[in-house]
Amino acid sequence: MIEETPLSSCPWSDAPQPPPPRSRRSIASGKCKNCCIADADVGDGPAYRRVGDHRLDMAGRSGGAPMTNPRTGSIQLNDVTLGYDRHPAVHHISGCFKAGSLTAVIGPNGAGKSTLLKAIAGMLRPLSGTIARASETSRLAYLPQLAELDRDFPISVEDLVGTGFWSKMGPFRRYRREDRLLIDEALEKVGLAGFNKRMLGTLSGGQLQRVLFARLMVQDAEMILIDEPFAAIDTKTVSDLMGLVRHWHGEGRTIIAVLHDMGLVAEFFPDSLLLARECVAWGATSHVLTPDHLAKARSMIEANDPHADECERAA
Amino acid sequence: MTGFSYLYDLLITPFTDFAFMRRALVGSIALSIGACPIGVFLMLRRMSLVGDAMAHAILPGAALGYLFAGLSLGFMTAGGLIAGFVVALLAGLVTRVTILKEDAALASFYLISLAGGVVLVSLRGSNVDLLHVLFGSVLALDDITLLLLAASTTVSLLALALLFRPLVLECVDPLFLRTVSQSGSVAHFGFLALVVLNLVAGFHALGTLLSVGLMMVPAFAARFWSSTLDCTILTATLIGMISSGVGIVISYHAGTPTGPTIILSAGGLYIFSILFGRRNGLFLRLLPRKHLAA
Repeated sequence: MIEETPLSSCPWSDAPQPPPPRSRRSIASGKCKNCCIADADVGDGPAYRRVGDHRLDMAGRSGGAPMTNPRTGSIQLNDVTLGYDRHPAVHHISGCFKAGSLTAVIGPNGAGKSTLLKAIAGMLRPLSGTIARASETSRLAYLPQLAELDRDFPISVEDLVGTGFWSKMGPFRRYRREDRLLIDEALEKVGLAGFNKRMLGTLSGGQLQRVLFARLMVQDAEMILIDEPFAAIDTKTVSDLMGLVRHWHGEGRTIIAVLHDMGLVAEFFPDSLLLARECVAWGATSHVLTPDHLAKARSMIEANDPHADECERAA
Repeated sequence: MTGFSYLYDLLITPFTDFAFMRRALVGSIALSIGACPIGVFLMLRRMSLVGDAMAHAILPGAALGYLFAGLSLGFMTAGGLIAGFVVALLAGLVTRVTILKEDAALASFYLISLAGGVVLVSLRGSNVDLLHVLFGSVLALDDITLLLLAASTTVSLLALALLFRPLVLECVDPLFLRTVSQSGSVAHFGFLALVVLNLVAGFHALGTLLSVGLMMVPAFAARFWSSTLDCTILTATLIGMISSGVGIVISYHAGTPTGPTIILSAGGLYIFSILFGRRNGLFLRLLPRKHLAA
């Protein structure tokens, strides 16, 4: 059993950690005491431009004001345990994905990475603990692993990307000209200009992933969760899509990505969360990717113990 | 000129001479317009056999209605609708709260429904003439039945229009739909309700089992002619209507039972589509055509 390291709590505050807020009420107040205090000075200015406004340079984070309200994008984990059939897949994890942060979730297979993303996206109820977003109205986009899509369905690239407008249009509202333009623009940004009328079934794996990234762009969410987006994708596509991720980061969106390529993580991701059912380390990538931590993660026992007792650990 | 009048005698005269032929044509065309789009979605969701399952689930309800009130349109329709909705709801419920998959849950409940229906019928000791329910009587559609068919088609088309976007998303990318909206379940159950509605309307004309045929076979055939969804739906509906007309005419001249002949016509168009379809038709593969430059 891996012992919890101090790093497993909020990685952005240097001060000694106050215990994470436990009741739902403290979450509803929208404050993440551990780490979002620093946002106060960014949050109030006239820095709110609509995120959907794609006319910005690719200069990255330093180029211009953040485009989202920084305080709406943070995600707080309070002693969260996730799992299936009472067996934990993610065990007692606390911490905070700060608004506007770009975090890689890494760890061996079966470490609970996808489970964590699923739970943050609201598709899986925690066995215990709470997951809180700073604002209930802030939008979250979730790109799960590829296999879930029916690629034989006769739908065009354009229409699939257009489904990203759902939170704006719902089931009935019609697409207007500017929506069409946004779709064109998103396709152009992922390098698929002119693919509008192509049918889903005719796309290659890499092209499909580009299309899904175009939809993420159209979704225009403050929080973006991507689960192994670069599995079985060529390097050109990876670097194109990684460019997009950094672009979103520059716009002030909160991004959490499950990744396996440590080189990519070390190069582009300021923060990392190393999972091995327990949280092994969470913080600045350079502090997380140490041989010590990685060895610890590798030693995780993947199988559930069928005779495990109830967990006694204090919440 | 003789060729033209021969054709006129062959195709038009049956309808100008006999009102029941006109009614049969109108009724089955109405059915095609309602049921074929539903069939396309069933096919695309890989639920082609769900129509069959639902038809079996409806049968006992319709039979019970018959037991209570004889050949009463209202009772048989209500019985069929109730049985179909109950089975669809129970199957959906079991799928969502247990580990059973949709197909397993649906199969179990329609089998229970079917067996229960047969037991109830035999307990009453009546030798119900189920042939009407099984194979319909498209040549004996009265005004009320025609109105029922038209109403069901109208409701079905309107509901499909309302459900269209969530239904498409529920087919292509259900997980995505779940992240952005709760409407996946609404779309799913609404869609199953439409399947039941169309089958119940269909059994008055074609019988419970054959009405599945008019729902599904045109959809399969349409897949060989069109690549987009809207085009597939239109083609399927067109093929359904043509099958109806052709089937009725053939049954008139050849003296065959009308319902099955309609489905056989659809089957003929289906085989024609497999052979000569514009998309992936077998014949097209045999043509020596050079590949394109890019």
